[in-house]
Amino acid sequence: MNQAAPAPKDNQGDPVVRIDARLKVTGQASYPADITTANVAYGALVTSSIARGKVSKLQMDDAKAVPGVLEIVTHGDMDNTHKPKFGNTGASSIGPLHDKTIFYDGQIVALVVAETFEAAEEAATLIHADYEDEPPSATFESKGVKVEPAAGKSPMLKEDAKAGDFDAAWAEAAVKIDEKYSTPTQHHNPIELFSTTAIWQGDQLTIHEPSQNVTGWKVELARQLKLDPANVRIISPYIGGAFGSKGPMTARTAIVAIAARRIGRPVRCVVSRIQAFGTQTYRAETRHRIRIGAGKDGRITAFGHEGWEVTSRPDPYVVGGTSATARMYNYGSVLTHVSLVHADRNTPGYMRSPPETPYVYALENAMDEMAVALGMDPVEFRRINEPEKEPIEGKPFSSRSLIKCYDQASEAFGWSRRDPKVGSMRDGDWLVGMGCATAIYPTAVAPCAARVRLTADGAVRVQCGSHEIGTGVRTIAAQMAAERLGVGIEKISVEMGDSTLPPAPVSGGSISTASVCSAVMKACDAVRDKLFAAAAGNDGPLASSANAKLDMADGKVVAETGKSAKLADVFKAMRVGAIEEYAEFAPKGSSPEALSKLYAGQPEFHGGEGDKDSVKYAFGAEFVEVRINRYTREVRVPRIVGAFAAGRIMNTRTARSQLMGGMIWGIGQALHEATEIDRRHARYVNRDLQDYLVPVNADIKQVDVILVPEVDHEVNPAGVKGLGELGNVGTAAAVASAVYHATGKRIRDLPIRIDDLID
Amino acid sequence: MRPFVYERPTSVSSAVDIATHADTGQSPPTAANTQFIAGGTNLADYMRLGVAQPERLIDLNTLVEPALRQIRIEDDAIRFGALVRMSEAADNGDVRRRCPLLAESLQFAASGQLRNMASLGGNVLQRTRCEYFRETSWPCNKREPGSGCAAMEGFNRQHAVLGTSDACIAAYHGDFAQALIALGATVDIEGQQGRRTLAFAKLHRRPGETPNIETDLAADELITAIEVPLAPWSSRSRYLKIRDRESYAFALASAAVALDMDGERVRSARIALGGVATVPWRASAAEDTLKGKVLDEAAARAAADVAFADAKPREHNAFKIPLGKRTLVRALLETRDMKG
Ligand SMILES: Cc1cc2nc3c(=O)[nH]c(=O)nc-3n(C[C@H](O)[C@H](O)[C@H](O)COP(=O)(O)OP(=O)(O)OC[C@H]3O[C@@H](n4cnc5c(N)ncnc54)[C@H](O)[C@@H]3O)c2cc1C
Ligand code: SF4
Repeated sequence: MNQAAPAPKDNQGDPVVRIDARLKVTGQASYPADITTANVAYGALVTSSIARGKVSKLQMDDAKAVPGVLEIVTHGDMDNTHKPKFGNTGASSIGPLHDKTIFYDGQIVALVVAETFEAAEEAATLIHADYEDEPPSATFESKGVKVEPAAGKSPMLKEDAKAGDFDAAWAEAAVKIDEKYSTPTQHHNPIELFSTTAIWQGDQLTIHEPSQNVTGWKVELARQLKLDPANVRIISPYIGGAFGSKGPMTARTAIVAIAARRIGRPVRCVVSRIQAFGTQTYRAETRHRIRIGAGKDGRITAFGHEGWEVTSRPDPYVVGGTSATARMYNYGSVLTHVSLVHADRNTPGYMRSPPETPYVYALENAMDEMAVALGMDPVEFRRINEPEKEPIEGKPFSSRSLIKCYDQASEAFGWSRRDPKVGSMRDGDWLVGMGCATAIYPTAVAPCAARVRLTADGAVRVQCGSHEIGTGVRTIAAQMAAERLGVGIEKISVEMGDSTLPPAPVSGGSISTASVCSAVMKACDAVRDKLFAAAAGNDGPLASSANAKLDMADGKVVAETGKSAKLADVFKAMRVGAIEEYAEFAPKGSSPEALSKLYAGQPEFHGGEGDKDSVKYAFGAEFVEVRINRYTREVRVPRIVGAFAAGRIMNTRTARSQLMGGMIWGIGQALHEATEIDRRHARYVNRDLQDYLVPVNADIKQVDVILVPEVDHEVNPAGVKGLGELGNVGTAAAVASAVYHATGKRIRDLPIRIDDLID
Repeated sequence: MRPFVYERPTSVSSAVDIATHADTGQSPPTAANTQFIAGGTNLADYMRLGVAQPERLIDLNTLVEPALRQIRIEDDAIRFGALVRMSEAADNGDVRRRCPLLAESLQFAASGQLRNMASLGGNVLQRTRCEYFRETSWPCNKREPGSGCAAMEGFNRQHAVLGTSDACIAAYHGDFAQALIALGATVDIEGQQGRRTLAFAKLHRRPGETPNIETDLAADELITAIEVPLAPWSSRSRYLKIRDRESYAFALASAAVALDMDGERVRSARIALGGVATVPWRASAAEDTLKGKVLDEAAARAAADVAFADAKPREHNAFKIPLGKRTLVRALLETRDMKG
């Protein structure tokens, strides 16, 4: 598949090529583990092979005897540090070397440091741990899990959404479904492995590590190591895939830092693919019960969504996707409840659209079932239940273009050619199925700071401590600066991924474009104000246009009157060589301390369902065709079409790329991805990319992305809705719907595999 | 990975010599302290995982005998040198034409990079990917005789349903071997005891009580060539591989089929089944049911039922029985519809 970037429509920016594309494809972009540093030693982790119990003894003699081994950091060695905290910046409260308790399989029990990577690895395999083990609880049905209500346990879910009298409406509904759905454990598996390189200079610590949150990590690492945050620097200029996995800092970072301090040399630890399954976060397994009741006319009168999520023993990690599912359609009444199931597992973490992926999957699969129960076209069913206002608090949507998305996607897909009869469409030995589902993602924005410097030659430097996780945010920040300052994109350089830059929020929740662009815009506008004042001032080159409206274009200050002044002349008039502005952006509704919290690494999120005036979401509609062999039942996806509306699109190329990647991931969630667990021992078994399946090129044929124009001035000054996490929401439900259409089999547990379709 | 001595002999006989003089004792080749390495795509992986721990590696890539790297197409046979790369054999026009099954079984295996690296000799000797075998902290009778089998009651979706024992249910995952066993190939072997030719069907051993002994080879024996007879069924042959994704995945079930047809009727059928058995698996009884029959869907189903009559499912792999049958039915019908 090879397609051009889509041409921009209304309120959409040019498909500007990524400013770092060439660097990346030619291998010149330096990722954190590529940084060369003198005298570096190498670390290798030793991880537990039980999920619950205690380390009674570590036998280390053989490891110490390996030539080149310098140090083994283990229990006791972190005693003078604070334990990690669970929260937005910390992945888990478990400090693996703070005590000898084992909470999950693959927990760090030691870090071996040696002169070479090979020696460290060899020594690590020679360390033998003796355990006092106890029978672990692996997952939902396992004996010994602790179940508790999730609401109030985490800022992700303050309370269970409800509206109206669900019980009464459910009892009376003419047509209803009551079904259970599930999604498996998933691991992000970014191609760039996890790594930490720690370098001390006196009491100053520099960490090179792929991170989606350099400011937050600086503060949290300083707390753990009892350092002044000013002495900690996190550097992460490029990131080779993150998807949430590099958002929260894990325990490893501090352990590597301590190792480096102990040996007085820089230490680099690259975590193996296998060990990443244990030491990093993951998408929690979820279960759902959905009840939908409707009148014969298809209007929903009752919607019930109960969710269960697996988490670790100590940490209440919650995604609580009922916040979004409860606001999706015009339900007459709503009842939701989320439970946490504490098991002997690592603490889960954010993974691309954390709440929406599992919860909207369940909702949309149920919506399809309900359409079948009603004998109604699934698109029509959604149209009938399109809300004026969200059903929980009755707030308006800041904008909602879902039906436009359905119209454009179904047209492009050829939905009208679908014969609704199950199993009716064939192509030779292949059963053909078509299905659709809704995508939704809350539009949030957070405080952000940026510094912009313009020099007389028109060169611009943008600095912002956000992160290029592959989304294209550097390019988009450059576009914003180029537009506001009227210079070509080649004049802009963008620095990101360093905690010494002006702070930006974590690159998560699809907030980066909105937050970064709003801050860059504000800094650029301050530069403009200075230039305009000077240009139109008494001694300025545009003095004669003093009252005219000014703008910047083609490296000039341009007046409405048609007169213009070259930047160099304005700088001359000002007698300066550079104008530099530092701007802090705080979204509407921010608390008075919102900006100081940004510097403390605790940015406030605004938007989604949390604002007073309106709820803010981006929407999309996805259509999928599947083919299933009539004998062997393998499912293939020859084409998928998605139409998405997300406010102002800054760059149609990067937007399409995000949405396309999301849909491809969605196909993987539908058909491939699952971390398998041995339920007896609560241990993962398929911990590499041969056994943990994601789609390969041959699985992906035609993917079409339609960017539906939408204008929304309410969401943020830039008018941008995040879309990085929109594309993979709903896809799996659309596939399940298509599989049902082809075969008459309703698969409710992901992934959908041959096992489920064969008999 | 532990340090090891690395030898680069230039002739087959010196390779055999080094292997013989190393203290290999009676251990099977996979447990010997001296082991051969070709493409390394299987062995190096297992060394890094600590599953294989040879002290000495004998690199076969420095051997100079030209025949080791040649594909010879003769009137009645195709001969592959043991060091021919998977991609070379898969892309060879004569192989594709004379016996599509051979080429397809290679082409649908692994990935482009792996096929460029991996040798045919190493390919047929690849070891199972049983997840519990791969991770040394689990009990595994194949890796550590007598320690138990973690897969038996564990996560065993990819495990075998045919040829299993109470000691081991690990699947043999290779694809090429299915073509070879179906087509009645032989392997040429050279060792300290001299040269011998072995029916490919005798190369692999079922797990039985000793899943650690995987082949009939001694630790100092080298495969030098693989010979596949050409017969009336060779050109009407194909490999059908069913997997979780379209490429770069091992077979959940596969069928290697070659047919010699007399009009509508089967004169002779050759069938092997992949992904479902502990060793390369010839389905001889199923072949017999087809002899002289009109090959329609009913006949294909009957043959498939016979092929899986003795299948023993575990908790997660029961689907392999219906899938294996359907794979065979489809492969038989698709092969029937090929031009002979
Ligand atoms: C990610 C991945 C996916 C794969 N997918 C598939 C697949 O779909 N289908 C499939 O069939 N295979 C697949 N494979 C397996 C792959 O085909 C084998 O790893 C490869 O063929 C082995 O060949 P090699 O030359 O690299 O063997 P090596 O790793 O060098 O050796 C393998 C074994 O054979 C022994 N050996 C090698 N040559 C000789 C010889 N001439 N005589 C005696 N002993 C010898 C070695 O001592 C060793 O024990 C996959 C492998 C990987 C890593
Ligand atoms: S199936 Fe065989 S290889 Fe796998 S754990 Fe059991 S004994 Fe080991």
